[in-house]
Amino acid sequence: MTAPASPAKVRGETVLAVDELVKHFPITQGVLFKRQIGAVRAVDGVSFELRRGETLGVVGESGCGKSTLARLLMRLETPTAGRATLEGRDLFRASGGELRRLRRNMQMVMQDPYTSLNPRMTVGDIVGEPFAIHPDAAPKGSRRQRVQELLDVVGLNPEHVNRYPHQFSGGQRQRIGIARALALRPEIIVCDEPVSALDVSIQAQVINLLAQLQDEFGLSYIFIAHDLSVVRHICDRVAVMYLGRIVEIGTEEQIYRRATHPYTQALLSAVPVPDPAARDRRTIIRLSGDVPSPADPPSGCRFRTRCWKAEEVCAVQDPQTVPRAADPHPSACHFAEVRPDV
Amino acid sequence: MTESAVRPTPASPTPPEGHLLEVRDLHVEFRTREGVARVINGVTYHLDAGETLAVLGESGSGKSVTAQAIMGILDTPPAYVRSGEIRYRGRDLLTRSEEERRQVRGTEIAMIFQDALSALNPVFPVGWQIGESLRQRAGLSRADARRRTVELMDLVRIPAAATRLGDYPHQFSGGMRQRVMIAMALALDPKVLIADEPTTALDVTVQAQIMDLLADLRRDLGMALILITHDLGVVAGVADRIAVMYAGRIVEHADVRSLYRAPAHPYTKGLLESIPRLDVRGQALSTIPGLPPNLMRIPPGCPFHPRCLYAQQVCVDEVPHDLVLGDGRTSACHFAQEVHDDRAR
Repeated sequence: MTAPASPAKVRGETVLAVDELVKHFPITQGVLFKRQIGAVRAVDGVSFELRRGETLGVVGESGCGKSTLARLLMRLETPTAGRATLEGRDLFRASGGELRRLRRNMQMVMQDPYTSLNPRMTVGDIVGEPFAIHPDAAPKGSRRQRVQELLDVVGLNPEHVNRYPHQFSGGQRQRIGIARALALRPEIIVCDEPVSALDVSIQAQVINLLAQLQDEFGLSYIFIAHDLSVVRHICDRVAVMYLGRIVEIGTEEQIYRRATHPYTQALLSAVPVPDPAARDRRTIIRLSGDVPSPADPPSGCRFRTRCWKAEEVCAVQDPQTVPRAADPHPSACHFAEVRPDV
Repeated sequence: MTESAVRPTPASPTPPEGHLLEVRDLHVEFRTREGVARVINGVTYHLDAGETLAVLGESGSGKSVTAQAIMGILDTPPAYVRSGEIRYRGRDLLTRSEEERRQVRGTEIAMIFQDALSALNPVFPVGWQIGESLRQRAGLSRADARRRTVELMDLVRIPAAATRLGDYPHQFSGGMRQRVMIAMALALDPKVLIADEPTTALDVTVQAQIMDLLADLRRDLGMALILITHDLGVVAGVADRIAVMYAGRIVEHADVRSLYRAPAHPYTKGLLESIPRLDVRGQALSTIPGLPPNLMRIPPGCPFHPRCLYAQQVCVDEVPHDLVLGDGRTSACHFAQEVHDDRAR
């Protein structure tokens, strides 16, 4: 990674703008004559902006649509509706050569380091494969050297380029995945639960590596995770998702200190804190029941079925994710307020 | 339901001199084609009635294998118990016949697993699965077993239990499936419940529900609980004592509060410092360098020495014994006192 980013790129400007993104997966019935009887609303109207050099955390429980969001942004799924612009160009209209150029700017690190690497390819082939698709990124003669540089950058031994994935531990495999994502010098890396499959002592190594690479190359991250402690550590801004929607979005400080949405508050209060003395200090908000099915979300506010604040208006009127009187960051709750005890 | 229905007889008192469950110097190895992996290398711990012991460790540390040895569900081959004792109410389980051990499983010691979906049988309704041991082991009639099953499902707070008896595991959410498994484990009224990563596969809000449930059940039914986990946060919330495992050994053993306040083993210290915390936002996380050892080639001396910041020549030459620190805790480190004082300073 030698060439510096082009001078026109300013830290803090918007690199990715997502507007009302929707993905519905059809539910069909019948074998021969399939007809649609419903839809799983995995992502149901998500808007946000990602700025250059920042890390946006996306948190939420399983089934909230965070991984579908990642796959949409990578164009691994086609959206049902909505727009996204990457550096001013429409991400979902692009095709052919333009799409290939856009994709170069956006790479992904997958959750599972065991299944996201092809077991029959050497590490050198895995990390160098992007150059086969984008031959202009590295001239043929210099590819091996570039791959070795990349391995060095992520803290692996460059001499191991001929080894196979099974010869590496989980943490090292995740480093291989990161090297592959870095190969084309992208602007944005989408990290889908990059450390949740790793042991605690290895997790810290990978988190530090991601932070160091961001400083070095001015990367923007979309960091998808369910572990709120990890997200707090690495993210500048955080979006909280529930049933396909962003229910609250703000800076790390706003979300972790002045959350106004009851779901965020419950989520934060439920995180186990590694300090036995905190047992007595903290209030844990106990949510009853499970997340409703995204095929049949509740009317009005989607969180109302588990919310202790819910009133009649919540069933009728869908709250918008807009700034609230309690705190100026967007929150989708009619009764948004800061709770001092969480 | 009333508790007396599930627990008809009060727990018989433990002999005053012994512990309810005691693992002594257990050694287990896995004989594979590639060689012999020494998975458990002298584990000793005990459990008293009504208490919660957390066994903490990363993957490959041997925490689950120890539990499987206690339950007598090790896969042999490749796993072999080389030596050691597992005493339950003073009697060594390892010397008993398989039939005798079967009598202990479920009625005395029961276990729940991480992945409820694969631990439950997908082709039988959950009511049938919970009731199976009631019919087979407790000899209840089908009608009685059914009644007890509903009581057990109520006990683990499955809503509308009576209407869900005929549902199959895939019709339950992850948290509810975990409750079904807990109900199965409680069916024969065990005195010890071993929970192997019971909440690892669950979301945080559901995780909090399950940990609450386990804590309530332990208190209401007077069970002892062994909680196996890698999550330092979960441990802090529920455990009384904690045993930290590394490379098949217990490297530190202490009551929860003093361990978190001042760890006395470099590995525990490293773990505590390397987790990002919700309530503290720091800069770069400190890390434990390197990787856990290959269990076929455990380093000589202290197995942690290649990754340890305190390591000296003595750590390469001599296996550290459990050093008893002032407040009744132990740490298998030559420099336990120094590590402990480092944190307290």
